[in-house]
Amino acid sequence: MGNKTEKDVQAYRDYVKTKTPVHGLPLNMVKAFLTGGAICTLGEFILNYAEKMGLDKDTSASWCCILLIFLSVLLTGVNLYGRIAKWGGAGALVPITGFANSVAAPAIEYKKEGQVMGIGCKIFTIAGPVILYGIFTSSLLGLLWWIAKEMGVIR
Amino acid sequence: MIQKTMGAQSLAFTEAPCIISSASVVGKKESEGPLGDLFDMAGEDDLFGEKTWEEAESRIQKEACVLALGKAHVGPDQVRYLYGGDLLRQGIATSMGAEELQIPMFGLFGACSTSGEALALASMSAAAGYGEYMLAVTSSHFGTAEKEFRFPLSYASQRPLSAQWTVTGSAAFLVSSRPGPVRIAGVTVGKIVDFGLKDSQNMGACMAPAAADTIARNLEDFGREAQEYDRIITGDLGYVGQSILLDLMRERGIDISGLHLDCGKLIFDQQTQDTHAGGSGCGCAAVTLASYILPKIISGEWRRVLFVPTGALMSTVSYNEGASVPGIAHGIVLEQCPDWKEED
Amino acid sequence: MEYINAFWVGGAICALVQILLDRTKLMPGRVMVLLVCTGAVLGFLGIYQPFAEFAGGGASVPLLGFGNTLWNGVKEAVEEEGFIGIFLGGFKASAAGISAALIFGYMASLVFEPKMKK
Repeated sequence: MGNKTEKDVQAYRDYVKTKTPVHGLPLNMVKAFLTGGAICTLGEFILNYAEKMGLDKDTSASWCCILLIFLSVLLTGVNLYGRIAKWGGAGALVPITGFANSVAAPAIEYKKEGQVMGIGCKIFTIAGPVILYGIFTSSLLGLLWWIAKEMGVIR
Repeated sequence: MIQKTMGAQSLAFTEAPCIISSASVVGKKESEGPLGDLFDMAGEDDLFGEKTWEEAESRIQKEACVLALGKAHVGPDQVRYLYGGDLLRQGIATSMGAEELQIPMFGLFGACSTSGEALALASMSAAAGYGEYMLAVTSSHFGTAEKEFRFPLSYASQRPLSAQWTVTGSAAFLVSSRPGPVRIAGVTVGKIVDFGLKDSQNMGACMAPAAADTIARNLEDFGREAQEYDRIITGDLGYVGQSILLDLMRERGIDISGLHLDCGKLIFDQQTQDTHAGGSGCGCAAVTLASYILPKIISGEWRRVLFVPTGALMSTVSYNEGASVPGIAHGIVLEQCPDWKEED
Repeated sequence: MEYINAFWVGGAICALVQILLDRTKLMPGRVMVLLVCTGAVLGFLGIYQPFAEFAGGGASVPLLGFGNTLWNGVKEAVEEEGFIGIFLGGFKASAAGISAALIFGYMASLVFEPKMKK
């Protein structure tokens, strides 16, 4: 960095913060609430319908997952999911539909670089961390669970 | 001597090279902006007939060069050197774009300050007598830049208010030792200035210190007051960066608030085009210079302008590895040639 | 009734995450990781299950629910198959989600073209 001391850097950062406009948080929270709520309600509808058709809980949950992901990919393809996210922010990021969008978007964009090097290598460019850290965390917790069971702490 | 060193970082050209002609090619959003009618060519879908965003960016660089050469009735074989650059890894838009022209070329990287870097080098070599015609060209493209630096286009994210919109556009400038309507009277080559900011979504704040440094250096090297310029125009500081720049200049005792314009603010309408802090990218400053600034100098509305494109010298790797975002800015002194008359 | 719970619980989670997006420098990728890991931890602590029973879709649709699903898968696998279950459970439980995302995502690449943002 050369010409600045740590204190100067922090001072500049604080100053920039005062000059940088931010979105109005309350309004954004309301939009996120509405968007996320709507998507979750749709999920609830699918879950109820599946259970009504006689499927067990796990299968219903899987169907809910699959259908929401399908919908999100479709909306991503026709460039609509982006507009939902622009308005709804976290309401589009938090549900599993956000995860699906983060897989579909690179797939569509990188196909110009080929099936293997483009789509293949880069399809997980945004969602990769979710899978890595999701699996890692749950497995780590699983290890703790196993140890607890072996030690008789849990039956 | 045709040129002499001025102060620590500048050159003054006593027999100044001139910008004989220029041309700008832009994408759809830019053509719908406040400067829309002023551009030479606008694309319908930002692909410009090509299959990928990268090929499109190469295409508009080539088109800009061809248009600029055409306006001056100069063929590519008459151009001694081409100085060009873009934002992409390994500068592929420039290489692919310039290939067809078969002009000996220098590939540059100055991020969004590339138009300044290219004009500085082109004018320096024209003034030094290395050739009669030099071409300076640069480009940026929203699709290629988003893919390279942020996210694929269909990725759904909410942009912060400090984020800027990469301009899809290219401009080319034919610089010559022949007389022309606008002369490059001098250049101030910028140094890297880093105030330690690590926010890639707030480029204006990262680059403003570099702009302040180069502008102040230009005034000192040339022994001028800011008021001796009709306008001081930065490349893409945007709304946030401009505000910071004015503060930084005031700290140095220089008030440029009545003189300062920013291409990033000029090129888009913030209210209707939802571009948050303004336009950015190499093409932003370049196309604004070609379509808006140069005509005002030629008409005499502005006699002397300091053109200061700014760049943020980061890569996705450096950013991920926790490095800050340093800035650089180059100053180009543009003056009207009042005695020049257009010949047919 | 369950629809109302799904709506407001899901919405509330999103509203809270919006604070993270707007007031911290966290990028979407990191937020998604945070959600998944938190879901797994809440599942481990036994908090997520009753929460899911109350809120239905409001708990299972957010990425928190995905983390909980991963945890449940690992837990079941450990109970049934011991130590090796640590390696078996995660992907097994999340298979539907990951497969769907990959399969549909790939199919989307066959059908759709990247389009310029407005």
